[in-house]
Amino acid sequence: MIAGRSRKARILGSIGLYTAVAAYVIFALFPLFWTLKISVTPQSLLYSEGITMWPSSATWENYKTVLRATDFPRYFLNSVIVSVVTAVLVTIIASAAGYALSRFSFRGKTTVAVILLLTQTFPLVMVIPPIYRIMGELGLTNSLTGLIIIYTAFNIAFATFLMQSFFDGIPKDLEEAAMIDGCSRSQALRRVIIPLTLPGMGATLGFVFTAAWSELLFALMLISSDSQKTFAVGLLTFIGKFAVDWGQMMAASVLALIPACLFFGFLQRYLVTGLTAGAVKG
Amino acid sequence: MASVTITNVQKNYGAMNVLSAVDLSIADGEFVVLVGPSGCGKSTLLRMIAGLEEISAGEIRIGERVVNDVAPKDRDIAMVFQSYALYPHMDVASNMGFSLMLRKTAKELVFDRVGAAAKRLGLDVFLQRLPRQLSGGQRQRVAMGRAIVRDPQVFLFDEPLSNLDAKLRVHMRTEIKALHQQLKTTSVYVTHDQVEAMTMADRIVVMHDGVIQQVGTPLDLYDHPANLFVAGFIGSPGMNFLPAVVSRNNTEVEAQLSDGQTIAIDPRLLVEDGERVTIGIRPENIEVGSADTLKAKIQVIEPLGLSTQFYTTLADLQVCIYAMGRTDRKPGDTMNIGIKAGDVHVFNPATGQRIDPAA
Ligand SMILES: Nc1ncnc2c1ncn2[C@@H]1O[C@H](COP(=O)(O)OP(=O)(O)OP(=O)(O)O)[C@@H](O)[C@H]1O
Ligand SMILES: [Mg+2]
Repeated sequence: MIAGRSRKARILGSIGLYTAVAAYVIFALFPLFWTLKISVTPQSLLYSEGITMWPSSATWENYKTVLRATDFPRYFLNSVIVSVVTAVLVTIIASAAGYALSRFSFRGKTTVAVILLLTQTFPLVMVIPPIYRIMGELGLTNSLTGLIIIYTAFNIAFATFLMQSFFDGIPKDLEEAAMIDGCSRSQALRRVIIPLTLPGMGATLGFVFTAAWSELLFALMLISSDSQKTFAVGLLTFIGKFAVDWGQMMAASVLALIPACLFFGFLQRYLVTGLTAGAVKG
Repeated sequence: MASVTITNVQKNYGAMNVLSAVDLSIADGEFVVLVGPSGCGKSTLLRMIAGLEEISAGEIRIGERVVNDVAPKDRDIAMVFQSYALYPHMDVASNMGFSLMLRKTAKELVFDRVGAAAKRLGLDVFLQRLPRQLSGGQRQRVAMGRAIVRDPQVFLFDEPLSNLDAKLRVHMRTEIKALHQQLKTTSVYVTHDQVEAMTMADRIVVMHDGVIQQVGTPLDLYDHPANLFVAGFIGSPGMNFLPAVVSRNNTEVEAQLSDGQTIAIDPRLLVEDGERVTIGIRPENIEVGSADTLKAKIQVIEPLGLSTQFYTTLADLQVCIYAMGRTDRKPGDTMNIGIKAGDVHVFNPATGQRIDPAA
């Protein structure tokens, strides 16, 4: 920090900063902790112990039930399939579109951009009925393919703008230098531009994955059979007619966090550079 | 190596005309500098030679080959960008060897060529570093190195030194010149700095508003500027301009300033009695304290040690005088100055064109 300030002021400043950060982290993580806590609380203690930070005895029973006795593993697999395929598809399409928007001028470019932007402006609920009709006629209701198509369509606009901004951040000179050095345009793209855009693609991949992973509205509406449910819809099956099985529901939620965590752990290296790229001139 | 021939080349962006009818031939091995104020189209012309910008009309040839429709990669040129445009994800060695690698040159040969170029530029210890781990001056050298390992037909430079500090710029200037004397590769160099142009060029091309104003050796341009623009652009401190009226009697021809003082001009010049002209005089061509009768009033004195710069008023206009040595004159003094007839450049004030003696 700034030299010349007294030692005491500096220490106080640090304490203040870390307190604020700690408070924020606690605020953000507390619901997760509560989920975890309930997931290991035996059914018998759930309502009898009052509010405690940790149950007097913990159990894996809920997890066992979820994994063995419910369809949850199936939902889980469905979610993985839908999210991964959507994320990969969107990233590929958005990268291509973003590159075109960033590098070329072509007729109708502004129109395309405006239409992309427009799709982001109205509430999703409005389009549900027509989409249901369309998907029904195409035979794509109650199918993972249908979900993938819808998710891909709805994520492309934002992802395209995201990718465009990453491409915009790469100086045109680099491509031109590569073309003078002996690359065709596609070689310049492959050898110079794409390696530099990987962080951006990582960020897009992560963003779309999360969006698809936690999507509920379309999944709820388009999917009816148990074999095609994603976990977000699956979670609702823990809400019975007469009672909510909180323990199992929370156990399922904790399990659902695992792939998201793994995914981000894997992407983290790219994400940090990706989201700050352009902030610092290198 | 090859010559570059530019014939009647034009560039339009939509309705906007950026270059109009540019004609230029650059000889094999020549170092040509394109110079002009910002926005005059020099980068555009260079990028058209490189193939990065389409040619709206006309023809560009490298050697005997018309390259209008040849892709940049097939033109056998190398270019140094103002931003250096180093590949951030490749180390120095890969940056320099990239073009050779693309041409599927044998590994050992790439290694040798990169090594030799790095050595020449003092980069041998940096070969494994990434561009972001280098200083600005070192990056500039890598950009140069990337160009020379290619051994191309033509080098193109777009203001390669403008991101360096003043001292390093002067150093690299001489280094680039030395490099050219060794390699003798045809070079086209863009700058807006007339000192860079004067010091480096075999020939200078002065551009203004998309039109070539004059092409010539540095001293040609300095001694015989074709028009007011070139006269004012080349030289620092710049040429002094004064409006005057010609008075001719028998063999003597004089230019009369607005306050009635007169300056003798070359009698062979094609000017008539009573004609309005603009005369141009370089600061170092004004002799201080001569027996002449011209009087200038000193406003500001700038002692430079070796020399002295006077800012004076002559006929109510500011006139800069550059004199060797030191002075004990004071601002406010009036001093006698002398100007040789042969040192006075005369221009047509309407067209800006230089007026020459009758052949
Ligand atoms: N893509 C473009 N679209 C429209 N006009 C352009 C475009 N690129 C350049 N111009 C115009 O062309 C003219 C010449 O540009 P150019 O970059 O060649 O100038 P320059 O002489 O290199 O100037 P500087 O010294 O500032 O680099 C400028 O007036 C500029 O506004
Ligand atoms: Mg330029």
